[in-house]
Amino acid sequence: MIERALARLARIIAGASVRYSAPLDPPGRQRVYFGNHTSHLDFILIWSALPAEVRAHTRPVAGADYWMRGRVRRYLATRVFHAVVIERAVQGALTGHSREESGSRHVLSHVRDDTMDLSHVRDDTMDLPHVRDDTRGAMGTVHAIARAMGEETSIIVFPEGTRSPDGALLPFRSGLYHLCQLKPELELVPVYLDNMTRILPKGEVLPVPLLSRVTFGAPQRMEPGEEKRAFLTRMRDTLVALREG
Amino acid sequence: MDIAIPLPNPILARLMMGVVVLLILGTIVGAILARRATSETAKATVANLNARIRAWWVMVAVFAIAVATGGVGSIILFAAMSFLALREFMTLTPTSRADHGVLFWAFFIFAPIQYVLVWMQWYGLFAILIPVYAFVTIPGRMALSGDTTRFLERTATVQWGLLACVYCMSYAPALLMLVVPDYAGGRTGLLFYLVLIAQLNDVLQYTFGKLFGKRPIAPTVSPNKTWEGFIGGTVTTVAIGSALWWATPFTPLVAGLMSLVITIMGFAGGLTMSAIKRDRGVKDYGTLIEGHGGVLDRVDSLLFAAPVYFHLIRFFYVP
Repeated sequence: MIERALARLARIIAGASVRYSAPLDPPGRQRVYFGNHTSHLDFILIWSALPAEVRAHTRPVAGADYWMRGRVRRYLATRVFHAVVIERAVQGALTGHSREESGSRHVLSHVRDDTMDLSHVRDDTMDLPHVRDDTRGAMGTVHAIARAMGEETSIIVFPEGTRSPDGALLPFRSGLYHLCQLKPELELVPVYLDNMTRILPKGEVLPVPLLSRVTFGAPQRMEPGEEKRAFLTRMRDTLVALREG
Repeated sequence: MDIAIPLPNPILARLMMGVVVLLILGTIVGAILARRATSETAKATVANLNARIRAWWVMVAVFAIAVATGGVGSIILFAAMSFLALREFMTLTPTSRADHGVLFWAFFIFAPIQYVLVWMQWYGLFAILIPVYAFVTIPGRMALSGDTTRFLERTATVQWGLLACVYCMSYAPALLMLVVPDYAGGRTGLLFYLVLIAQLNDVLQYTFGKLFGKRPIAPTVSPNKTWEGFIGGTVTTVAIGSALWWATPFTPLVAGLMSLVITIMGFAGGLTMSAIKRDRGVKDYGTLIEGHGGVLDRVDSLLFAAPVYFHLIRFFYVP
C-alpha cells in the first residue's frame, strides 16, 4: 500500500515519463539496475519506474550517511524500499573532510548488514586511510551485497559513487565489476535519469517540480574474461548512449 | 466571498448539452473514418484523431465538474493547469543551477498567491502581482546567487514563464470576479463561453487544416497552421460564437466580435508557443494528454485570449 502510493508520488513529484529500450523480460530475472546519480531522489525514481512485479524483488543500495540519518529516512530506507544500506563515511570521519565529499567516494565500501561485523570493517579501514579502492573493506561490501541479493533479489546502484554536481557523468567505481565477478550471470540494465539535477541538485533541500525522464537501456552482461577497465568503460558508455539517444 | 452560482443554470446546461452532442458526433465520425482508412498515414492520422476525441471526453468531463462546483472548482482546475503548464515550460527552457531558488519561488510562492488572489477576488493585487512584484524581486534573487552567465536571458525566461503560464492563465478563472448586470449566465457563463470558443477554434482550425490545408502561414514555426485552416476555422468559429449570443451578455454582433478577438489571440498564442517549441527542438511540451501533447499544447490558445477577453468585458460591461 505505502509502497504503491510512494511510487506514484515520486513519479508525480519528478513528473517522470518512463521509456524502455527493451522489455524487462522475464520480470523475475535477477538484475542490477545502474544509473547516473545527481539527486537524492534518484533511486526512488528508478524504483518507482519499475513495473510492480519487478519492483517487488528489487532493493536499492543506499548510503547509510544519508539514509540512516533521521527517523523518516530510516523508515523509508529500511521498511519501504528495503534498501541494502551501506556505510560510506568512514574516511570522511578520519580525514576531517565533510562526510558527503570524501566519504562518498567509495561506491560500495562497507555494508551495514546483519551478516557482517561492522566494527571489524571499520578497524580495517582505519589502518588504511589512504587506500581508496579495493581495500578489504570494499571487497567485504561487495560480498555482503552479493549475499543480500541471494538468488532472486535485484538491486539498484549508482556506480559513480557520488552525486554529480552538474549532471556530467563521473568515472565509474569498480564495485560493479567485482559484483559481476562474483555473480557473472547477472543482467546489467543501464538507466539514464534526465533532468533530475535540475529538480533536486546537490546541496539543495527543496525540489522544484520540473519534468524528468527515466530511460531503461538494453540489458548488458559481463563478457567472459573481460578486463576491469574495459568493462567499466563499456557500462559507462551505455549510459552515455542513453543520454544522447 | 460567495462566488458559487445557483444550479442548475439553464444557459450553462444548454451549452453543455451542445458540447456533448458535438462530442458524440465526433466520436461517430472518428469510428467511421477508422473503418475507411486504408493507407498507413491515413490510419496514423485517424488514430491520433480518435485519441484526441477520447481525451476531449475526459477534458470536457473535468471542466464540467469544475464549472458545476462554481467558483472554487474552476479556480482549482486552472491553478492545477497553471502549475502543470509552468512545469512543462520551465523543463523546456534552459535555466542554470543557480536558478533553483527562483524557480522554487515561481512554483510555490507566486503561482499559489496568484490563485489565492483570484479566490479572494482582490483585483488590484491580482493584476500586478506578477508584472510588478515578481518582476522586481526575481532578478535580485537571481543576482544574489552569483551566476552572471546569460543573466538577462535567465531572468527573462522565468518572468516570461510566470506571465504566460500563471498570470495569463489566471485571467480565465478571474472572470468569476466580473459581475455583468442583467446577465443570466452567472460568472461561470463568461468563463464557459471563453473556453468553448477558444477550444472550438482550435478544433475547427485543425479540421479545416487537415481537410483543405495547403499554404502554411509560418512554415518555419508550425507547418500545420495553414491559411485555409486559419480562415476556415475563424469564419466558422465567429459564426458559431455569434449564434451563441444568447449565452452571453453581448448582442449577436458583439458576440461575433468577441469570438473574433478570441480566435485571433488564440492563434497568436498558439503560434508563439510553437515558436518556443521549435527553438527548443521539440514537438510537444509534454505527454500528459493523449493525442494532444502536454497541458501547454492544449491551452496555448487560451493564454493570450483570456486577458484580452477579461479586460474588454471589464471595460465595456462592468459598471
